[in-house]
Amino acid sequence: MSTATGVRESGPRAPGSGERLAVLTEGLTKSYGDRQAVTRLDLAVPAGRTFGFLGPNGAGKSTTIGMLCTLLRPTGGRALVAGYDVRREPHEVRRRIGLVFQESTLDGDLTAMETLRFHADLFGIPRRRALDAIMDMLELVELVERRHTPVRTFSGGMRRRLEIARGLLHTPRVLFLDEPTTGLDPQTRAAIWAYLGRLREERDVTVFLTTHQLEEAEHCDRIAIMDEGALVVDGTPAALKAVVGSDVVTLRTADDTAAVRAVAEHLGLEATTGEDGIRVRVADGAAWVPRLCAALPVTVHSVTVTPPTLDDVFLHYTGRTIREADSEATVFPGRPIPRR
Amino acid sequence: MTDLRTSALPQDADADEAAEATKAAEATRAAEAADSGARRGRVAADLRAVRVLWQREVIRFARNRLRIAMSVIMPMMFLLVFGTGLNAAVPAEQAAFRDFRAFFFPGVLLMAVQAPAMAAGASIVWDRQAGFLRQLLVAPVSRPPLLTGICLGGATAGLGYAVPVLCLGGLVGVPYRPELLLVLLELALIAFAFTSLGVLVAVCAGRPETFQIVMGLCMMPLLFLSGAVFPASGLPGWLGTVVRVNPLTYAVDALRRTLPGQGVSGLGGRAAGPEWWGWTPPVVAEIGCVAVLAVAALSVATYRFSRGE
Repeated sequence: MSTATGVRESGPRAPGSGERLAVLTEGLTKSYGDRQAVTRLDLAVPAGRTFGFLGPNGAGKSTTIGMLCTLLRPTGGRALVAGYDVRREPHEVRRRIGLVFQESTLDGDLTAMETLRFHADLFGIPRRRALDAIMDMLELVELVERRHTPVRTFSGGMRRRLEIARGLLHTPRVLFLDEPTTGLDPQTRAAIWAYLGRLREERDVTVFLTTHQLEEAEHCDRIAIMDEGALVVDGTPAALKAVVGSDVVTLRTADDTAAVRAVAEHLGLEATTGEDGIRVRVADGAAWVPRLCAALPVTVHSVTVTPPTLDDVFLHYTGRTIREADSEATVFPGRPIPRR
Repeated sequence: MTDLRTSALPQDADADEAAEATKAAEATRAAEAADSGARRGRVAADLRAVRVLWQREVIRFARNRLRIAMSVIMPMMFLLVFGTGLNAAVPAEQAAFRDFRAFFFPGVLLMAVQAPAMAAGASIVWDRQAGFLRQLLVAPVSRPPLLTGICLGGATAGLGYAVPVLCLGGLVGVPYRPELLLVLLELALIAFAFTSLGVLVAVCAGRPETFQIVMGLCMMPLLFLSGAVFPASGLPGWLGTVVRVNPLTYAVDALRRTLPGQGVSGLGGRAAGPEWWGWTPPVVAEIGCVAVLAVAALSVATYRFSRGE
């Protein structure tokens, strides 16, 4: 789309503004045999921002994170994290990144304190400084009182918080979070986002997270949408939504096919069918509702008007909602699902 | 220097080339100066990693009370119930067989170290399942110290479990003499070898089920054909070969020859150790075999582990 809106289509791009970059990938590719999990990915993540990497299950997000964190070897292209090449200087990259995995990677037999102390030892933080840093982090994630209980007894939210604390302990430049809120209840989810928000304010750290929940991506400074292993579009959430521009009117009708035809014939609007009925994209959707209902020869069960969301952005660029893409991923097992 | 690295990548390719050259030269000089320091730092980091992993294994064994209880009770059951039963079953006139329990003692020690050492291998499989392993892999340490730390931890735990069993020695007529300290050293090495083997299987197996099946299939026959449970010297041809290539044979025999007291090597001389073409290897050679096995297993495991995806 136009550069004025701040949205960049994938593909060749103009030279950047000279902003510091936390992550840069050029033609990054990972294939397993002849199956491509990530295809020629070009990403530029400015330092100090929260970057949301978004797409349905199996889009290649986790594979990308795996490559950026030096856990998977790219099969093509290159990636720089905090200024270091993931393939040639993995040790330097590891020193500068924190990582919170999709699933819990804590040892239930250890206490929170031991978990963090071990981590500090692995990263070579001197003893005295480590203790201060550990207490700081425990305070940030509000686990000071529980520091001597085994992690086994922690709730899902507490574990996730401890993992974030661990990921930040060695003051990384980039914190990677793979689906940080999956499997958490809404309340904990909100709390995690509050922590991440505070983090951005208090520390100069770039947060790179993946999610397939679009509401969550709204918290990010920038987002990139990925589908089927390739970058679809990236920009600020506002800019991306501005591209879509219009509201979506969703109608549940007795006969969707007839409804689509009628909308096209009588109103000259293009409608699409989805699992929740037919969708019509118009500016000022509420004003269109009476005209739409009048134009339809079939019974209308319900009408919903939604202002543009990131889901619409996804729909706009890929032709399906992220939920549909997710269910496809589970219906067709042949689709590339990143192996770790 | 750091500033250059972390700031944005240069955008202008033409002007960049000259700058690149000077930067490279600078980098070489800096690298040379920093090299010795960095290497020292690397070694320190590796040692720290070994310590962290070792500590973690030890903590895990020390915290698991059920496992501690089990690992102490099991050998005692073998020694007191199984051993006493066999003792009683042998007719009184076969005096040589009367001290079966003493004969069995090295085998029981072996079982005591084996369980926790195997568990260390299992912990790798579970760690992979639970993701903890991946967390270790993104730490800025090289791979070998990670496995070495786990093996040392398993060995320490195994030793910890063997000590109470060794203390029971008096019950079967093993005198409390300074040689027992040598026995402890041998047990530490044997536990380390067991852990390395467990770790090797764990690294290759991938799934917990596979690990358990492989371990179960291997351990039982190896233990039976080591001379730990019955004298292995009188076995027919092909079984004799298995006994001779079985590393546990040497572990058991070394323990038996080091343990003080007459009863242990008893059974009327039937409990003879392995022979190589008519030559009886000394204890040192037997221990050497176990050590070589341990190092080989750990090396292969490390190689497999470091390959990555």
